[in-house]
Amino acid sequence: MTDFRRFSGTSSYLTSDALEAAVNCALALERPLLVRGEPGTGKTLLAEAVADALGMRLIRWNVKSTTLAQHGLYVYDTVQRLYDSRFQDKDVGDIRQYIKLGPMGEAFASEDRVVLLIDEIDKADVEFPNDLLNELDRMRFFIEETQEEVVARHRPVVIITSNAEKELPDAFLRRCVFHFIDFPTPQLMERIVRVHHPDLEDALAEQAIATFYELRSMKRLRKRPSTSELVDWIAVLQHAGIGSVELDRNLPFLGALLKKEQDLAAFADQISGGRRWRR
Amino acid sequence: MFLPLLYALRARGVPVGTTEAVALARALEAGLHESSLDGFYHVARALLVHRESHLDDFDQAFLEVFRGVRSQGKELSDELMQWLRDAERRRDELTDEERALLEDFDPEELERMFEQRLRQQTERHDGGNHWIGTGGTSPFGNSGKAARQGYRVGGRGSMRSAIKTADARLYQGYRQDLTLDVRQMQLALRKLRSFARVGGEEELDLEGTVAQTARNAGELEVVTRPPRRPNTRVILMMDVGGSMDPFAHLCSRLFTATKKSTHFKELRTYYFHNCIYGHVYETERFTDPVRLDDLLHECGPHYKVLLVGDALMAPYELFSPGGSINLSGTERVEGIVWLSRIRQHFRRSVWLNPEPPRFWYGNTIEHIRGIFDMFPLTLEGLGEAMNHLMRSR
Repeated sequence: MTDFRRFSGTSSYLTSDALEAAVNCALALERPLLVRGEPGTGKTLLAEAVADALGMRLIRWNVKSTTLAQHGLYVYDTVQRLYDSRFQDKDVGDIRQYIKLGPMGEAFASEDRVVLLIDEIDKADVEFPNDLLNELDRMRFFIEETQEEVVARHRPVVIITSNAEKELPDAFLRRCVFHFIDFPTPQLMERIVRVHHPDLEDALAEQAIATFYELRSMKRLRKRPSTSELVDWIAVLQHAGIGSVELDRNLPFLGALLKKEQDLAAFADQISGGRRWRR
Repeated sequence: MFLPLLYALRARGVPVGTTEAVALARALEAGLHESSLDGFYHVARALLVHRESHLDDFDQAFLEVFRGVRSQGKELSDELMQWLRDAERRRDELTDEERALLEDFDPEELERMFEQRLRQQTERHDGGNHWIGTGGTSPFGNSGKAARQGYRVGGRGSMRSAIKTADARLYQGYRQDLTLDVRQMQLALRKLRSFARVGGEEELDLEGTVAQTARNAGELEVVTRPPRRPNTRVILMMDVGGSMDPFAHLCSRLFTATKKSTHFKELRTYYFHNCIYGHVYETERFTDPVRLDDLLHECGPHYKVLLVGDALMAPYELFSPGGSINLSGTERVEGIVWLSRIRQHFRRSVWLNPEPPRFWYGNTIEHIRGIFDMFPLTLEGLGEAMNHLMRSR
């Protein structure tokens, strides 16, 4: 087995043993790494950190609801070719110049090994992951128009993210190394906060984190705040020069933590009414 | 060395096979586990588990194999949970006092007491007023709360060793022993797709362009056409509350699947309680009523209608004028008449019933079946219902 470079986090991205093991498995076995977890737990940042740590270029493919598997491979610009054929200033016989590689095609064609991030794969149509299976497995695809095959020189490090909410097809799951990012424990959260805000006062950090976990434990919230919201919130608190916080009705900059109107209402209701529960 | 682990996983219904075994062998050969049990735990978990709902099974299988002690915990608590679920289903049989008693506890307290008593309790218990059981006045067993969330029974480990990590069973909350998951439902709902080319001409019609350009003797003429868009309009009406409580989870999954389906041109969702009278409601809490007459006026017969409900109610709710529980104003029309109006207005409608078909006789279900084509709310039933909705358009 060829030797490979191991991943062990970067100065700005903290990892756990489990996450390192998963990334290293994916690197060694040259399989895609599927990362799942709640929104805001740093799934996308992981790809950046891996690229950073291994000194590779990162190619992003942000999946949208209209994205097709084909878009990741290549797009054939027919209209441009037809226009050029009118003015005859280019060699329209050469189809190659009208083939644009997508993010996946680019990753295959790259001279160096790259990190390919397929972000939020669950946003696309339910069949989308299945359509990628063949290309991810064989790391090659065929361009019909030019009768050429694009073969990956180096198998890219593929990192796929997905929200925990949606199911992916079994066949797809079985080809991936899987990692589920846990919600950080308060201890880990404090280290994460420190990475983003090195000059944060101890008292504020402690209070903010305690308040944050208390808020998260409220059962009636529809969208519970996550790491990125906490980091933003602390940034706002620091900026406004607030030195201490407490979970009460006048929690400053609550909007940075709770983004839904119903959640703000639920919060106000629960704070004012004390422990009042309705069915 | 790791083969027993694979079989232990399979015994728990985690789909691992040759692919996983080979991958794990290669990873171990590469020394990824750094020759430690901790390392092995993480490597094996990354390669053998594919979804978070299986993480808990992995922890248990790992314990079973590497502690050499067969864990009885799962069977025991599964049995317990099953029996609490049975109690929940019989919620209607509770007296008002018992229900009021339930309201007095808040969930956190309930959770704490549940854990405490589970620790004390060593055997199955029926009756009485303290232990977790059925038929008693203890806050547990009567309550759906306990059955639904699955409380952690094992203790938290200190994350030091693999055995302790596995023992902590941190992923218990992600289990899903579900009959129907959202993805399966979504796939069933895909049958409702139909497309039409409507709207602005935004898509390049390649063949049209080539044909037109050729006709112009090489003078380029770009032909566009409207993109294919979904053309199905769907109305989903759900019965909530009361006898539907035991199915709340199933219904919310159907709701999620429907909401996430991107292939509908329009999706309207409404709620009702037991039977439909003059109004349906836009929220689960029965606020924002919509007059059924207005709805029928707005939505043409081409809408596909899915009604979800157990169709179980007191006969007078269906047959007496103004039998509605929420009597409001001047509606003096029987529920069954309202239902017939819906059936007659729309060309295609189905009723999905979470109650198993063996209960569909000798009660109000039988009458409602006389109006709507009824299908069980299972994957198969859902598929048949979709076929029915798409037939003879």
